[in-house]
Amino acid sequence: MVPFLKEQFTQAGKFSMFIGRFFKEIVLPPFQFNEFIRQCFAIGYKSLPLVSITGFIMGLVLTIQSRPTMTKFGAESWLPSMVSLSLIREIAPVVTALICAGKIASGIGAELGSMKVTSQIDAMEVSAINPYKYLVVTRILAATLMVPILVIFADVVGVFGGYIGYNVHGTIGLQRYFSEVIEHLDFLDLLPATIKTFFFGFFIGTIGCYKGFNASGGTASVGLAANSAVVTASLSIFIVDMLAVQITDLFF
Amino acid sequence: METQPIIAIKNLWKSFGKNKVLRGINLTVDKGESLVILGRSGSGKSVTIECLVGLLEADKGKLEVFGTDITKLDYKALNRIRLRIGFLFQGGALYDSMSVRENLAFTLKHHTAHLSEIEIEKQILEALDSVGLQEAIDKMPSELSGGMVKRIGLARTLIIKPEIILYDEPTAGLDTITAKEISELILSVQKKYKTTSLIITHDINCAKMTGNRIMIIKDGVIHAQGSYDELMNSPDDWVRSFFV
Ligand SMILES: Nc1ncnc2c1ncn2[C@@H]1O[C@H](COP(=O)(O)OP(=O)(O)OP(=O)(O)O)[C@@H](O)[C@H]1O
Ligand SMILES: [Mg+2]
Repeated sequence: MVPFLKEQFTQAGKFSMFIGRFFKEIVLPPFQFNEFIRQCFAIGYKSLPLVSITGFIMGLVLTIQSRPTMTKFGAESWLPSMVSLSLIREIAPVVTALICAGKIASGIGAELGSMKVTSQIDAMEVSAINPYKYLVVTRILAATLMVPILVIFADVVGVFGGYIGYNVHGTIGLQRYFSEVIEHLDFLDLLPATIKTFFFGFFIGTIGCYKGFNASGGTASVGLAANSAVVTASLSIFIVDMLAVQITDLFF
Repeated sequence: METQPIIAIKNLWKSFGKNKVLRGINLTVDKGESLVILGRSGSGKSVTIECLVGLLEADKGKLEVFGTDITKLDYKALNRIRLRIGFLFQGGALYDSMSVRENLAFTLKHHTAHLSEIEIEKQILEALDSVGLQEAIDKMPSELSGGMVKRIGLARTLIIKPEIILYDEPTAGLDTITAKEISELILSVQKKYKTTSLIITHDINCAKMTGNRIMIIKDGVIHAQGSYDELMNSPDDWVRSFFV
């Protein structure tokens, strides 16, 4: 038990130092702008199809599933606003972040892990290129900025999915549906939900990089790094979400 | 100061946990010299040169390169020294997401903001020409054979015009003919670029061809040193066992 705890604390310490280094390196020039743009493209743009499909299905399914209950209470007209509220406040951020943990964190973990075990990171280091700046800072920053954008995108597609879902059994015009949604949507629904997605993105990027950067040994450790990146990132999303909800609850 | 060695390792110790890999390595390399370090697998050869460029932190000892102890340098000063040293990795360590051209341009672009694209291309072609592989410029690392990877790796270190090149097992994993070609390449690079070389190997043919002087590492210390002929006729059975 004691060695286990000791290991956990050592890991936590190392991870905190890794994060600390990010904030140190990000303020020191030079900034690897080209690599950052490339990562935004790889992380953001390439995840769009996946995020759109899941977003659409979430909206669709949620509407169809909620309809019987809402009808029972005679609150069918509330359906659009209820579905979009739960989508925007909770479901789209968390589900999109989980999808990103699966796609982005594992991708970064595997990429950096294999660079590590084949000495490519060392090769950068000996050519006097700071690999932390070039590989880690750019990826963490790209993930932190792209995940919120992906979530907003999923919100929109999800609400549209809800519109299709509504029209499976009822009829409502697109304009009417969206005005219904927007009418019940408060700025305070959007703000906390968006802020927490930056944290989701930050942890997805950081955990992917940390696991990859610390892969050691043979090629097997690349798989381990990718796997552990997904598991840890997914867990961290739930923890961040829980904290975010508590904090939001306190203030608003 | 002409007589000062370009590399001087003094009493280098390094351990990983309980595994004491290096227990007081001492060696010097003079300018223009080519020193070979022989040793069994796991004897700490790679660890020695990784300490020399600051990839690993030495537990104890002095590592003087160009007369400065690199263990005492900050990151920036260390990087300035690193730019004067080429390091050929055991597996080549080519960036596998980049083409050969991008691999070579990468370091150059980072350190020389003023170079034009044309000038960069010229230097890439020159480095590739030195290793006889100009035609591979648009290939990806995954399309290269083992011998080609080593050559491109060498071209990538040559592009920064290093004064010292550290070779980690340049011929490991290659057939005898390709290994001989790589050894010849090391010789031709030494002539053309006037580099000082530190070559780590357990390939005795490579050692014979490329080294002026040979050192054998055992149990974390330099066990024997001398010329090829001296070591081949050594009274020590263990030393002679390398030469069969
Ligand atoms: N980063 C590391 N962490 C822990 N142990 C290490 C590390 N690097 C090397 N070692 C250990 O140091 C010893 C020497 O390794 P090294 O790679 O220097 O051997 P080598 O002489 O280069 O052998 P080879 O010919 O197989 O490359 C080995 O026992 C290895 O397990
Ligand atoms: Mg080695």
